[in-house]
Amino acid sequence: MRAASAELRVEGIGKRFGDVVALDRVSLEVAQGELLTILGPSGSGKTTLLKVVAGFEAPDGGSVRLGGAEITSLPAARRDIGMVFQNYALFPHLTVKGNVAFPLEMRNVAKAEIDKRVTEALAMVELEGYEARLPRQLSGGQQQRVALARAIVFNPRLLLLDEPFGALDRKLRETMQLEVRRLQRRLGVTTIFITHDQEEALILSDRIAVMHRGAVQQIATTTEIYERPANDFVADFVGESNIFHGTLSAPGTVTLLRGGTLAVRSDKPVGAGVGVLMRPERFGPSGANRFAGEVIESVYLGTGFKLRLACEGGIELLVRQPARGPLPTAGARITVGIDPESVHVF
Amino acid sequence: MNRSLLPALPALVLLVAVFLLPVLRLLGVSLEGGTLDWYAKALGEGLYLRVFWNTFEIALLVTLFCLLLGYPLGFLMATTTSGWATLGFIFVVLPLWTSVLVRTYAWMVLLGRNGVINRMLVDAGVITDPIPLLHNFAGVLIGMVHVLLPYMVLPIYGAVRKVDPAIPAAAAGLGASAPGIFWRVWLPLTLNGIFAGCVLVFVLSLGFFITPALLGGGRVIMIAVLIEQQVREALNWPFAAALSAVLLAFTLVVYTIMQRVSRPERAQ
Amino acid sequence: MRPTWSRRLLVAVCALIDFFLMLPLLVVFPISLSSAPYMQFPPPGLSWQWYERYLDDPQWIDSTGRSVYIGGATAFLALALGVPLAFSLVRGRFIGRVLVDRLALAPIIVPTIILSVAVYGLFAKLKLIGTWYGLVVVHTVLAMPFVVLVIAAGLRDFDHSLEQAAEGLGAGRWQTLRRVTLPLLRPSLVSAGLLAFISSFDELVVALFLAGANMTLPKKMFDNIMMEIDPTIAAVSVMQILLVSVVLVLIGRFGRGLRDSVR
Repeated sequence: MRAASAELRVEGIGKRFGDVVALDRVSLEVAQGELLTILGPSGSGKTTLLKVVAGFEAPDGGSVRLGGAEITSLPAARRDIGMVFQNYALFPHLTVKGNVAFPLEMRNVAKAEIDKRVTEALAMVELEGYEARLPRQLSGGQQQRVALARAIVFNPRLLLLDEPFGALDRKLRETMQLEVRRLQRRLGVTTIFITHDQEEALILSDRIAVMHRGAVQQIATTTEIYERPANDFVADFVGESNIFHGTLSAPGTVTLLRGGTLAVRSDKPVGAGVGVLMRPERFGPSGANRFAGEVIESVYLGTGFKLRLACEGGIELLVRQPARGPLPTAGARITVGIDPESVHVF
Repeated sequence: MNRSLLPALPALVLLVAVFLLPVLRLLGVSLEGGTLDWYAKALGEGLYLRVFWNTFEIALLVTLFCLLLGYPLGFLMATTTSGWATLGFIFVVLPLWTSVLVRTYAWMVLLGRNGVINRMLVDAGVITDPIPLLHNFAGVLIGMVHVLLPYMVLPIYGAVRKVDPAIPAAAAGLGASAPGIFWRVWLPLTLNGIFAGCVLVFVLSLGFFITPALLGGGRVIMIAVLIEQQVREALNWPFAAALSAVLLAFTLVVYTIMQRVSRPERAQ
Repeated sequence: MRPTWSRRLLVAVCALIDFFLMLPLLVVFPISLSSAPYMQFPPPGLSWQWYERYLDDPQWIDSTGRSVYIGGATAFLALALGVPLAFSLVRGRFIGRVLVDRLALAPIIVPTIILSVAVYGLFAKLKLIGTWYGLVVVHTVLAMPFVVLVIAAGLRDFDHSLEQAAEGLGAGRWQTLRRVTLPLLRPSLVSAGLLAFISSFDELVVALFLAGANMTLPKKMFDNIMMEIDPTIAAVSVMQILLVSVVLVLIGRFGRGLRDSVR
């Protein structure tokens, strides 16, 4: 997934708005046919980055290359990038067909060819028979599909999806996520997906780039992002976590700043300051590291229990357990354990 | 030059050539001969001072009456159901768009000595002799309030619409009475609309011509009517120019005050 | 919710105010159909004579026709100049934007009588008094601020992402303007054009000074009212009110809702 096969290459993009640094020398690559998600909280710079790639915002420095060609200063109209906007941005005065045909008309495609390709694109998003409708006559999910059809009908080199599922309810969102994933695989179109929803990012992506404060914190596959986050921010932003800091006092042992030691697997040098991450679902009834504590909060989640434990040494742990037996009440004392393999050191 | 100004150029040329320069030239005429004599005449002689005073008095009263009538109407339109609001809009916008001449003529028909209102009152036995409603202060006032009322209603409607309905509801929930809600919630929150409406009505009143010319019948003279007489009948250009300059100055002062005061709201 | 006493009082007061607003518009209807030779109320009988007198009088018909084409030309010119001006004001970034903004709206603030007198002097020198195009030019100055206000409001509410979408899909600037921006602004354009037409069609003060012997409809009405009040003027008024009603219906149907522009 490196160098030669990169379809989109963003290098050293910087952008300031007055005193605010929106993008701080951001670089990333997306391989041909890959789906890369840019994940970050609002204000992290992800939307600005998308606008720079799409050509709606000029960067202060750096370059954008698409398919080997430099497009940094190319107008948006000539970039050959399909984009699905947050609010879909369907033209309200055009029918579904008019909307999907728009990019083809702009490219002076012959009328018969337009008809054929519009029909194909609508079939792909399962909207046959809706050609004559106006956007306002469609449901949110249908509008979403039209926006998608419009973005892919002209076989763009790159597809950009800007938080496209934000306005949909949970069930519809899940359906659309899977559908977009299937469509993207089938077309093999290189895709950048923008979201602040880490769950969505894990479901959809080949790789995830986590952004914070205008900089990319980590780019990696979904499992790697979840299992082996590069820093506190990524660990905290993606999934639930217990994060502590300490030093690697001996091979396989971390002494926490709060006191106490943890058995870990790590090849970092002894004496290094490290962070440790323990995912709540990795705790079990036994394990090399044991924590005895008092339940201070317990929630029933249907599939399991979520417990907050106050342990010795002032350590607070978030623990998930399968829903077996009665829900532990506040004040109950329990012991949990975790294996060294399940403790991530960074 | 910046390219984004380019589309505006033809319009700006027109505005400068047919608006800005002629008006500046007119102001120059008022200083003809290098004296301020015409201003001394306009602001010094009792006859003309009286016209200025009349104009001010009428403009103030028109503004006051428009506010008294416009607030309830704008308020109701903004707080009622969509259907009734549409009807209310028709009642406000239809007169607004109907020619001022037509409306002024209609008031002559209504207010005249043998007009509709006097006839009805006489026939009903309320009065024996027709009361004078036309060609006097009252007639001009009624006609102008009618013409300018929509300009008060619309900004107030806009201001009331902007208020989150949850706020007065919260006030009611906290125990405020209906008058209390009005004085403590609605009034302060719609002050900007009231202010905008008042300044608009006042500024338009100052320069009003048609209604005072027709309903005043030569007895109630406002400054615009005086200017017209000076140009068309007396052919006294410098004096008309001086009167125009004074009227313009008043108008711009009032307008500038509005800009200053309403700026905080704009910045939001 | 059950209406409270204060709400009922408000509704009653507003009914009276609405009556006050509509009264002058309603009163001309019976007068225009009066069979009496002078203003009399209530009319002793019904007749179409005042409408016939209007239609048979070439002066009335001429002045009406003149007002229609002056209004049409004014609407065209005010749109042609005012729409680009509104685009510059809303979208442009240039030094002196505030100044241009003030100048664009100044003709509403400065009393028409001052503009009339000022232009009267200029036009007398240029021998433009009594020409129809002279009136069109001045009416355009008066109508343009309305066009700018309506179009600027439309542009400010415009969803910018639609234009970005068009560009992203391959449309150039001109294509985006023609295929997306202007079609979506059409309601505002319709409202602005009709507003400009009516503002010229009803305009009296400028016409009083500049029309010369070539009467416009408002000037003809004014002269008639000054000389004799015969019910012909009521018939003309009725037709004007009907015309305005039609225009308002058109705006409601094809234009940007007037209610939206009050913000």
